[in-house]
Amino acid sequence: MTRLGRMAWGLVLWEILCGLALTLRYFFKPKATINYPYEKNPTSPRFKGEHALRRYPNGEERCIACKLCEAVCPAQAITIEAAPRDDGSRRTTRYDIDMTKCIYCGLCEEACPVDAIVEGPNFEFATETREELLYNKAKLLDNGDRWEPELAKRLELDAPYR
Amino acid sequence: MSVFLQTNLGIAILTLLESLAIIVPLLLGVAYLTWFERKVMGAIQLRKGPNVVGPFGLWQPFADAIKMMFKETIFPTGADKVLFTIAPMITFGLAVVAWAVIPVNDHWAVANINVGILYLFAISSLGVYGIIIAGWASNSKYAFLGALRSAAQMVSYEVSMGFVIVTVLICVGSLNLNDIVLAQRHIWFAIPLLPLFVIFFISGLAETNRAPFDLAEGETEIVAGFFVEYSAMTFALFFLGEYANMILISAMTTTLFLGGWLSPIPFAPFTLIPGVFWFLLKILVCLFVFVWVRATLPRFRYDQIMSLGWKVFLPISLVWLVLTAGFLEIFGMLPHA
Repeated sequence: MTRLGRMAWGLVLWEILCGLALTLRYFFKPKATINYPYEKNPTSPRFKGEHALRRYPNGEERCIACKLCEAVCPAQAITIEAAPRDDGSRRTTRYDIDMTKCIYCGLCEEACPVDAIVEGPNFEFATETREELLYNKAKLLDNGDRWEPELAKRLELDAPYR
Repeated sequence: MSVFLQTNLGIAILTLLESLAIIVPLLLGVAYLTWFERKVMGAIQLRKGPNVVGPFGLWQPFADAIKMMFKETIFPTGADKVLFTIAPMITFGLAVVAWAVIPVNDHWAVANINVGILYLFAISSLGVYGIIIAGWASNSKYAFLGALRSAAQMVSYEVSMGFVIVTVLICVGSLNLNDIVLAQRHIWFAIPLLPLFVIFFISGLAETNRAPFDLAEGETEIVAGFFVEYSAMTFALFFLGEYANMILISAMTTTLFLGGWLSPIPFAPFTLIPGVFWFLLKILVCLFVFVWVRATLPRFRYDQIMSLGWKVFLPISLVWLVLTAGFLEIFGMLPHA
């Protein structure tokens, strides 16, 4: 187009009118917003959320204190101390995860030979103080008990790909 | 009662009530304009906008206002405290004062003065003082840059805006806003003076420092421009002033070009609806365009703003002024009011 032609189009604000028409079309489109606290997106079975320590169906804790998760943790967020229990089995006396250090990579879950430590579907565990995010064994086992049905389901769904 | 209203006290009370009748709806309008803007921009960006506080997020403006009131006003080191506090008051005060002459319905203006449009123009030109003083008193380079930009921009666009207004005036033959509206009984000036209407509206965008002419704020380059250093209520006053100015420019556009309070369809069922309704409806449409444009266009570069103002708008409005005057003179349509 000649320079004059372009100027003429510019004077009638053609490009701007096209832009306005486009935004007006978007104005009437259905909105993409999820109404978050009331509506939530589905999460994948591999979603890496809050950690949990699982138990066997008979109530025995799965963790055998092999410390593989502690070793593999790239953020060194896991601290484990172990000792033989009265019945002679090897158990943890301390299992802490510093959730402020954790990068949610899921390597602890991958490393665990007995599916004890897992990352669950829960991502809404914000707290008011930093200390509340230093999880200990009791908190993690409690998480496991609370989320067990979902954790089991997620492991089952993801099993074919492991 | 009518005797009482003749006394000085009566006149004072009446004036006070009249001012309140303008200021209260204006402040409510400003509050809900922020809500409206967020809703419209949200919709254009495929979001929902505020919808949690109250039904449809309708209490959002009040939540924001309460938040603003409870925050602390921070005075930067080396700031001129007096000017720093006065600047937002000037901005907001001027935005409110201008409303005195806007006719909301036939002869419904606080002051139906014969130089109405001149008054409006003068007041809107004064607006630049609030910004310049704010930028100067903040003792911050970003604020100062923003103030300079905004001053240059407002001065440039006022020139073409002035010519547009003059063109309207020679079509009406009166500076009285009431007469200007009544002159549009047969046809709105937006139709015969379409290019000028567009120029006026775009200059209005520049005059209120709105996108795409929000160089004075320019978040990406000079943080927030002239009000970087402002917080809490002083910031809120700037905010209120900017939005009140938007409403004012919309009201001016409505009065000058869109037939003010006149019904768009000039026969029975529509003319029975009170003029205030039509007036508000037209303002709302203008405001929608304000927000719509903001959601559509990116910010201009500074030299582009200047060349648009001086090299495009000024010549066009000047030529149209001469053309209109010549046309009216040749066909003997010049009003002799």
